[in-house]
Amino acid sequence: MPKDELKAGYKLIGTRPNRPDGLDKVTGRARYGADFSVPNMLWAAVVRSPHAHAKILKIDASKALALPGVKAVVTRADLPTGLSGEDLNLQDNTLAGDVALYDGHAVAAVAATSALIAQDAARLIEVEYEVLPHVIDVDDAMRMDAPVVQEGAADHTVPEGSPPNVARCLDFGHGDVEAGFAEADLVMENTYRTEATHQGYIEPHACVGQLGEDGKGEMWVCTQGHWYIRRMSAAVLGIEAAQLRVTPSEIGGGFGGKTTIFSEPIALALSRKAGGRPVKLVMSRAEVLRATGPTASASMDVKIGMKKDGTMTAASAVFRMQGGAFVGMSPVGEALSCAFACYNIPAIHHEGYEVLANRPKAAAYRAPGSPMAAFAVESLVDEMCRALGLDPIEVRLKNGAREGTKASYGPKYKQIGLVETLEAARAHPNYQVKLGPNQGRGVASGFWFNHGGETSVSVALGEDGTVTVSIGTPDIGGLRASVGLMTAETYGIPYEDVRVNVVETGALGVNEPTHGSRATFANGKALVEAANQTIKEMCKRAAKKWGIEPEAVEWADGAARPAGDNAGKFPPMTIGEIAAGMGASGGPIAGHHEVTMGGAGASFGTHVVDVEVDPETGRTTILRYLVVQDAGRAIHPAYVEGQYQGGAAQGIGWALNEEYVYGKDGRLQNPVFLDYRVPVASDLPMIDTVIVEVPNPGHPYGVRGVGETGITPPLPAVANAVAAATGARIRHLPLSPPKVLAAMKASRDG
Amino acid sequence: MSKIHVTTTVNGDETEFLCDPRETLLDCLRNQLDLTGAKEGCGTGDCGACSVTMDGTLVCSCLVLGVEAQGKTIETIEGMAAGGELHPLQRQFIEHAALQCGICTPGILVAAKNLLETNPDPTETEIRYWLAGNLCRCTGYDKIVRAVQAAAAEMRETA
Repeated sequence: MPKDELKAGYKLIGTRPNRPDGLDKVTGRARYGADFSVPNMLWAAVVRSPHAHAKILKIDASKALALPGVKAVVTRADLPTGLSGEDLNLQDNTLAGDVALYDGHAVAAVAATSALIAQDAARLIEVEYEVLPHVIDVDDAMRMDAPVVQEGAADHTVPEGSPPNVARCLDFGHGDVEAGFAEADLVMENTYRTEATHQGYIEPHACVGQLGEDGKGEMWVCTQGHWYIRRMSAAVLGIEAAQLRVTPSEIGGGFGGKTTIFSEPIALALSRKAGGRPVKLVMSRAEVLRATGPTASASMDVKIGMKKDGTMTAASAVFRMQGGAFVGMSPVGEALSCAFACYNIPAIHHEGYEVLANRPKAAAYRAPGSPMAAFAVESLVDEMCRALGLDPIEVRLKNGAREGTKASYGPKYKQIGLVETLEAARAHPNYQVKLGPNQGRGVASGFWFNHGGETSVSVALGEDGTVTVSIGTPDIGGLRASVGLMTAETYGIPYEDVRVNVVETGALGVNEPTHGSRATFANGKALVEAANQTIKEMCKRAAKKWGIEPEAVEWADGAARPAGDNAGKFPPMTIGEIAAGMGASGGPIAGHHEVTMGGAGASFGTHVVDVEVDPETGRTTILRYLVVQDAGRAIHPAYVEGQYQGGAAQGIGWALNEEYVYGKDGRLQNPVFLDYRVPVASDLPMIDTVIVEVPNPGHPYGVRGVGETGITPPLPAVANAVAAATGARIRHLPLSPPKVLAAMKASRDG
Repeated sequence: MSKIHVTTTVNGDETEFLCDPRETLLDCLRNQLDLTGAKEGCGTGDCGACSVTMDGTLVCSCLVLGVEAQGKTIETIEGMAAGGELHPLQRQFIEHAALQCGICTPGILVAAKNLLETNPDPTETEIRYWLAGNLCRCTGYDKIVRAVQAAAAEMRETA
């Protein structure tokens, strides 16, 4: 459906007004995690393991406690015992128990009257370690004789006799894979590897925590989800969740990495031990890289069968992914489910291994698992297209998932937009540009499930006829603007008459974080329900005044109106008039809606990238980049484009530069931005975008989440482009210049 | 350790603070003067979120000691909107949706203003290299570069 036609019925949706929080954010007024302070506040510093794996024999804090200004020291001994499952993992990660499991694992923490005293005191805490053997690489961790990260980590899915670091095995699929491969004209199989990367949000984790002896506390924190922070912190500390009130600050990026806790309970534990004085805890960049939640690293075997005309007959994938030292964090299940989600293949077999390694506890990172899977599958598809002399977009169109296709991971797709993204990419001028020497073009598609989840919103009429919306998902990239637009559209009032507030845990029912590309989708769907309650109430108030039945009143353009001539002749009663008199006509008017939301609507995108590779240095330059993605409906197109561009930039970084580099000693060697090299402005060209709109039938305005899919295609698209430019196929990211140079040399010599 | 008395001018106001000789200018701005617009993203001069100018020179305030501000003139994001009127860069950043989370925005605005003061008509490449020391993880820089171009054009017109 053309975009103009979609927009025809809307006054505000699809427009690009200024975001309501823009002024605060360009003047430095907006308060982020570390910007918050309260009276009588202490400062925290954390002592971290310098070893990848070590027994903690003794912690002596006496010298630290003797330092003037030091008010409290906490270790694991200050946390309750008896936890199990993920609560225990969270507690183990907050402060190490008997064993430090990775370089940077928190061991103790101190609170003092200044940040400098806290840092000095942390250096005075003496920890005695017995260093244990460690394992870092995912394939090394799969060996039978690998150092054991955690005893007894395997669950019921792991067969007897498996390698000791395998925590979970997956096996699923459909169709007769062997028969499918036999039917193919070309069967290719290769192994692909990706390294761990970090979300790289520019704002380090920060919070101010206060907890009294009575178990009542408060926290101000940068987080994607304050109810998650509340539940997890309460569990780790053994307090009641309801007694902890958590207020989210503005958030300086998250990308999945701020959906969980790292050191937040430490601030609360220190506060409790320091007589309830609030404690501020701000991580350094090195702490963020060493001890928060990077992605998994992956080792993946993929096999595909294809006929000469490009028809795929069968596929199989065996993925091994480490998610750090704790079970449950490897996104291998998601990766497998995403691997072939773009394709309609009659027979598929998925096999996966969650593996433990002496690395930090992985967290979500934008479409967790999907970028790695896409790198493996979309690289192999590209290799096969080249082997058979087929156009990569035509092959994807031939096999692409459509409405009614049974997804590789189970359900049947409703309306989806993969084919539309492929067609738009093929028609885009970027796909026609003639390339020069040392230049190459890469194409790849990508997928993310999208998520609805637990959602609670409320709306309230002001006496002046404006509307206040309360949401519980932090605004990480323009959410207030999209919620404001949907609210104003629903009421038929100006965008400026809506105020959207992100409220604390005491002001709404439970909300999941801003994750899963859900915030605009879920808040929008819930607020329409909540707004309709108030619209119904306003119609009732008008009916009462007019002396007609409520059913005879309808709502349009911000006013109650008689529904047709039979209802009677009355001038429209505006929201302002109703609100001004609501005290007398029956009281305040407000609405709310709470639901665990389904219907998120699967998300697909296709990227086209042109690169030039310097044959002398192996350095890859991005010449032009195109993102085409289905938004369902773009509520605020500028912020939709922003998600596409930002996802592409992160994916380009993952493809070209970013990786966790460990030394032989198991310590992270690049815990600063100088060495953990995220893309800078001079690394990138403008990033072209096309917003495809195939409305999501599960949303009143057709919204699909747009946050995550954009990071998925860049990994293979860039690798495919480099292969096209150099003739050298590299199956191990990142494509750093030395690696590209070596591959070019091998390709020439080979 | 005894603290050192520093007198400096911040956003046009004469200001005094006491600082530990180990404290950075960023720490002093944020914790002594409550000017929290400059952010610490790295503490190692790699991300530019703490960008301010000192006597007109763009610096990472995390790499400057607080004591070095003695007798200097410091400009931060808080001083950018003169008399309550937004600088064209600030306005164009909002209008171009050039921020998502907004944490890098103060530093990028300070750096871009410094660029336009010396080069009122920068090319896209010049903008990209000037801002290469200011990391943004959300936007992919596209809308940031466009907003700077738009502000530059607007400022040339009104100059």
